[in-house]
Amino acid sequence: MKLTKFGKVSVVLIILFLATLWKFPMWDIQLGAPQYPGGLSMQIWINDLSGDVEVINGLNHYIGMKTIHKEDFKEFVYLPLTMMIFMGLGLVVILLNRKKFYYIWTGIFVIIGLMSFYDFYRWLYAYGHDLDPAAPLKVPGMSYQPPLLGYKKMLNFEVMSQPHIGGWFYIAAGVLMVFVCFYEWKKSKTLIK
Amino acid sequence: MYTMLGVGTFTALQGCKMKNAETVVSGNAAAKSYVAPGKYDEFYNFVSGGFSGQVAVYGLPSGRLLKVIPVFSVFPENGYGYSEETKPMLNTTAGEVPWDDQHHLTISLTNGEQDGRWLFANANNTPRVARIDLTTFKTVEILQLPNSAGNHSSPYLTENTEYVIAGTRFSVPVGDQDVPISSFKENFKSTVSFISVDKEHGNMDIAFQVVLPGMDLDLSRGGKGPSHDWFFFSTYNTEQAHTLLEVNASEKDKDFIVAMNWKKIEEYVKSGKGKKMQVEYAHNKHNEETHQATSEIEKEVIVLDHSELKDMIYMIPCPKSPHGCDVDPTGQYIVGSGKLAALIPVFSFDKLTKAIGAKDFEGEYHGIPVLKYESVLHGEVKKPGLGPLHTEFDGKGFGYTSMFLSSEIVKWNIETLEVVDRVPTYYSIGHLCIPGGDTKKPWGKYVIAYNKITKDRYLPTGPELAQSAQIYDISGDKMELILDFPTIGEPHYAQGIAASVIKDKSVKIYDISKNRHEYVTMGEAKAKVVRTGNRVDIYMTAIRSHLAPDNIEGVYVGDEVYFHVTNLEQDWDVPHGFAIKNNPNAELLIMPGETSTLKFVPQKAGMYPFYCTDFCSALHQEMQGYLRVSPKGSNVPLRFGTGESAPGVAAK
Repeated sequence: MKLTKFGKVSVVLIILFLATLWKFPMWDIQLGAPQYPGGLSMQIWINDLSGDVEVINGLNHYIGMKTIHKEDFKEFVYLPLTMMIFMGLGLVVILLNRKKFYYIWTGIFVIIGLMSFYDFYRWLYAYGHDLDPAAPLKVPGMSYQPPLLGYKKMLNFEVMSQPHIGGWFYIAAGVLMVFVCFYEWKKSKTLIK
Repeated sequence: MYTMLGVGTFTALQGCKMKNAETVVSGNAAAKSYVAPGKYDEFYNFVSGGFSGQVAVYGLPSGRLLKVIPVFSVFPENGYGYSEETKPMLNTTAGEVPWDDQHHLTISLTNGEQDGRWLFANANNTPRVARIDLTTFKTVEILQLPNSAGNHSSPYLTENTEYVIAGTRFSVPVGDQDVPISSFKENFKSTVSFISVDKEHGNMDIAFQVVLPGMDLDLSRGGKGPSHDWFFFSTYNTEQAHTLLEVNASEKDKDFIVAMNWKKIEEYVKSGKGKKMQVEYAHNKHNEETHQATSEIEKEVIVLDHSELKDMIYMIPCPKSPHGCDVDPTGQYIVGSGKLAALIPVFSFDKLTKAIGAKDFEGEYHGIPVLKYESVLHGEVKKPGLGPLHTEFDGKGFGYTSMFLSSEIVKWNIETLEVVDRVPTYYSIGHLCIPGGDTKKPWGKYVIAYNKITKDRYLPTGPELAQSAQIYDISGDKMELILDFPTIGEPHYAQGIAASVIKDKSVKIYDISKNRHEYVTMGEAKAKVVRTGNRVDIYMTAIRSHLAPDNIEGVYVGDEVYFHVTNLEQDWDVPHGFAIKNNPNAELLIMPGETSTLKFVPQKAGMYPFYCTDFCSALHQEMQGYLRVSPKGSNVPLRFGTGESAPGVAAK
């Protein structure tokens, strides 16, 4: 069955939404402590890190956390590639013009999304738990895993983790896709009646 | 009832005593000077340190001391004048002069308004002018002045910082010939140095020097607006006395204000005139990329004698040894302050140009035309008080003159010359400052008095007491004392500037990727020790919370050891210190991204601990290490390292 006009327009919109990932960061982690009145922050991009990464690395050596380096993340190569292929597939969906492919396309997005979040969580867990046993500062039972989303207090630092502009567009893309799937499905049912 | 009687009797007894100088502070003074914790002051106040040789930075209106900027005196606290990088800053043709007497400050000007780029400071004793960069609050250039002694009427600026002008308090023989002191009248001269300032980088150079008859040039000011082309100097000892000046330089009823058309003199010099004179003076510059100062001895200066500068220099008679010589914001009025006079003469620039045009002269002083007092005078402020010294302006048509003898500030109307208000100061005020009060655009909110004597003002501290400053709110008709605070050194002149002009340009760290120091250590992996003969260069890094290398062996008695410490931090307010036991030198404070060098020549064999002196982190106390110094001639090999790389520590 063919896609509705709205369905086709939505593909273009979603591709545009995802393109913002090259223009804005996906995720924003903010840190606050009394001696950092302006706060510290780190932004995660689809292919890069920005913000006070060096300062954060300097601080993390006290607790034995591994230093954060852009080169350590293979994701910065794979993720942009995956997203570009995914955006290309969107154009294929328009060309083939079948609801079925739209559903599959959405399914791929959900899988990429879940895998990305799982991967992100895995990194946060690793940084928070894989601590140097010779670290100067050891607090028994303490781990330093930053939150995936939301607020957490760790020693003298308060940490806030949330989507940045690119991340919000990414989420919006997902929401839009799922919504359009329902819409298309509904339309097909009314047609059958 | 008894109490009432008691109070009555006490009051009656008090009435027989002479009034003492207790401060009258009105109700809301505390609120006016109160700056809540965490809030910023409205103004920076740069205050000369006098005999301390340094410059202090206070916040206004709180009076909080924000920083002491080392300028002409060594500062063991952070290594200024002791580190290999800063030693050249204090070099002169007489070798290192590690102190001075710092009197006057001027913030750089654009169109007669403060632009907040640089602060110029004079050294009175060994004639020098320093330039302080207001992005780093650091002394970046010091220029020695030849043919000068007592660099007092200095450093004052022309309207666009074209020149820093520095006149001599002491006349001396130009060219340093050996002559009898009694030959003052023939051989002694005053000089005025015109120091050009590079528009972009601020670098100073002596453009030319004007030689005047022997007398004491006391203070000076550049013209503004209509008087842009002119510069004015007050003088005393035009009697040309060389002994017991107290009496002999106070004989004449009037001395002079020298009016100099610098624009015409500049053109004259540009036309190739002037004599090149062989002299020697030190020119010291700090480079922010190499973090290293260099000192060069310059050899030549262009000298102009006043006799060749026809129609460029005039004398205005001014009563009784004038001290201050201040130009109002419009550039129209020049205020002379005869420190022994019972009035303040105010001269008019319009009348000055007319009198010059009409050749309205009453005579000559060593060939320089002397104008008629009355034809240049705008008017006199009558009975202002005793001992007028300096005048600042509020931009609302009033002058504020400090009165040394009667210990007060007197506010008067520039047009009508009427005294409208007066307040006591505690005690014996010298200079005073209204932020921007010497420029075209005063921030007429506060006037600050800088006092010579404090006596009973604060808790006693033995025979040696602090000098002080008092802040008065001048936003209303009446001046109102709001705060009193002690100062470092002896404050003379000061500059105030709205914080907003400079605070956002303040540098936080030095970018380590731009560090071009000869001995920089770019990362801990590159830390090393290199021996060349008996010279040992230690390439050391400092980062929270360790020094690398922190174990060093194979250094012998008499070696010249240089610790080149690079602070690898790139975060604001994380300096590291460096100090080593028994070093007769000083310590270092190294800012993030900076490299500093401390020289140490061990005199005895032994173990020398070194450590960080600036509490940098939770593990600051662990930031320490050892230098083993062995007897000369022993064969301890050169070994060094940190942690696993330390000598004798087996890698896991």
